[in-house]
Amino acid sequence: MPLNRDTIASLCLIMASGGLMLASFEIREPDYGVLSPAAWPRLIIVIMGALSVIYFIQSVFGQASTKATSEAGDPRPAGLAGFLAYWRNVLAVFIIFGLYLIILPLLGMLISNILLSLSLLTALGGWRPIVMHLCVALGTSGGMWMLFSYVLEVFLPRGSLTGF
Amino acid sequence: MDIFLSALANIIDPATLVFMVIGVGAGLMAGSIPGFTIAMAVVLTLPFTFSMPPAQGLATMISVLVGGLSGGLMSGILTGIPGTPSSVATTFDGFPMARRGEAGLALGIGVWSSFCGGIISAVLLVLFAPQLAAVGLEFQPWDFFMLVIFALTVTASLAGEHLVKGLIAGAAGLLIRTVGEDDAVGVGRFDFGSDYLLTGFDFIAVLIGLFAFSQLLSDLRNPVTARKALSDQKRVEVKIEHRRAIRILMKNWFDVVRSALIGMFTGTLPGAGGSIANILSYDQAKKAAKDDSQFGKGDPRGIIAPEASNNAVEGGALTPLMALGIPGDITAAIMLGALLMHDIVPGPTFISDEPVLAYSIYIAFFLASFIMLGMQSIVLRVFVLVTRIKAYVLATVILTFATIGVFALHNSVEDIWTLFFFGILGFTMRQYGFPLAPMILGVVLGDIAELNLARALAINADPMLFITRPWSLFFAIIAVFSTIFPLFQKQRGSGSMLERLYSPLLLLALSAPLFMMGGVFRTSLAALAILSAGLILVRQRNRQSPSS
Repeated sequence: MPLNRDTIASLCLIMASGGLMLASFEIREPDYGVLSPAAWPRLIIVIMGALSVIYFIQSVFGQASTKATSEAGDPRPAGLAGFLAYWRNVLAVFIIFGLYLIILPLLGMLISNILLSLSLLTALGGWRPIVMHLCVALGTSGGMWMLFSYVLEVFLPRGSLTGF
Repeated sequence: MDIFLSALANIIDPATLVFMVIGVGAGLMAGSIPGFTIAMAVVLTLPFTFSMPPAQGLATMISVLVGGLSGGLMSGILTGIPGTPSSVATTFDGFPMARRGEAGLALGIGVWSSFCGGIISAVLLVLFAPQLAAVGLEFQPWDFFMLVIFALTVTASLAGEHLVKGLIAGAAGLLIRTVGEDDAVGVGRFDFGSDYLLTGFDFIAVLIGLFAFSQLLSDLRNPVTARKALSDQKRVEVKIEHRRAIRILMKNWFDVVRSALIGMFTGTLPGAGGSIANILSYDQAKKAAKDDSQFGKGDPRGIIAPEASNNAVEGGALTPLMALGIPGDITAAIMLGALLMHDIVPGPTFISDEPVLAYSIYIAFFLASFIMLGMQSIVLRVFVLVTRIKAYVLATVILTFATIGVFALHNSVEDIWTLFFFGILGFTMRQYGFPLAPMILGVVLGDIAELNLARALAINADPMLFITRPWSLFFAIIAVFSTIFPLFQKQRGSGSMLERLYSPLLLLALSAPLFMMGGVFRTSLAALAILSAGLILVRQRNRQSPSS
């Protein structure tokens, strides 16, 4: 059986539906209320599971498009190196954003956002325009921080290490 | 009259006017930047409006929306790259006009067509929303539940050959909404012992993640295009030719009205937005033209049709939102989110319960169109500057802004995690060809569906009522036929049984609930539907007879 992208996606969805159905049995059943809290999610899971099976069948028999699904358009190189090169920017954003979420409680929003902007700009645009990147990071993150803190009066997170 | 004056006072308040001008400007800019969609602009505006009074917040969002709908034409005409999917058809004739030195006229036609489309749809919104709301008062929980199902299936069916993926996306959206405490009895669902999951996902953060974050990731995927600017033009000397444009529009007034009506109608259909309306009305304008030889080479009618229709879409999308609480497209779904954020639940009683707010929306819609008209020339200059910014710089600034905006919703860092998770999910779905619109509608409408299901079963546990009540049956029939629609479309021209029977069967099926509803008007409609079905069948038989 050919294992194309859609087949893998449909199998993941079928497994997810199964897992969620099992999880739905963990939902507490109160003695009151007309509709059980688990009823509506179970109904959706059954429908999603059935649709996933149809999707799986379509993918096996070649009806679900495997190539037209990509928005990127350009061909994807094979191998790990090709994969990393193709998804370089996306992976960089994932990693930087993940790190940002970890440092946010420690450094606070002002410094974290400056670091987020600067690292994203540098990862995506290279080291050469570093001065421009620094100006953009300071200007936009600082500007937005001031706007939200002083104009919109939103209490932005302070860092446990920095105190602001 | 008092209601109108109160609403007017809400909108002409200096602070609101300032926010509206900023909103239109921001919308025009957002609409003009390829890859930065209108929905993204509206969803990113949402956190700003949190601290505003409801009327002011909604007026600001409507301004961004109206600006965004008109902004796409600048990029489309001057660079040949449509700023938004809803201005794709504008480039067909706008760009050739600009290349032959008539950029100012093309922009003028585009701006005035957008304005006229917006005003026509605003008038129709004012006229039709209360009428539809009156019909909506007949709806019972069974009908509302089926209406949500209909909205989801229609949106999924727009995915065409990816219908199954669209339906899965819709179901996933409904499922996402069930995470956390159940509204009715307060029992935790799918929380897996986590406090974060027990509180549920904030749906605005989900929307921003699914739509904005994932879109930015898609734009940045290619390292070469990510480092490119939209245009390397240093200066663009264009003066919008208003007078000539108005004369051309007056000459082609019928095209304006027809396109606006197409846009308005398309907007009322759940999931169908400007991206469909602009192509549809361009096609109709071309078919209706006595001489269509200049279409695609710089025919003014090729700008009038898409621009009048894409601006009329939002009036259409707001009509079911204001009348029934069901959004017509993603941007209307975000507007629904804005209303819910202010504890206002739109539904059939919305216009009568919150008349000042409803009128504020109408007035804001009108006023935003006028502001758009005045601001196009100013924004045109800024647009040229923005097009020189590299894509990755723009994306980084937007992403950084999104983090603060999402945090500001509830002062919660967890919401930024939600943004991140759903950004990844949305991006993965895009890569696998899953449409996001059904998922977003599922997230927005999930609670409404569950609430009405619970209410319906509390009144009467008989599940047959979901298909035997007239309105429920009506929506169920359209839901079923919209699910079959992609198959019907695929077989068009093949002469298959499905192709021949689809329309007559739909009409016959719809006549049943119309008869059940009773009354002279609806019974006449039902009779008309049966007559039309019969006529279609007879015509088909006559067409087949000569060949056989």
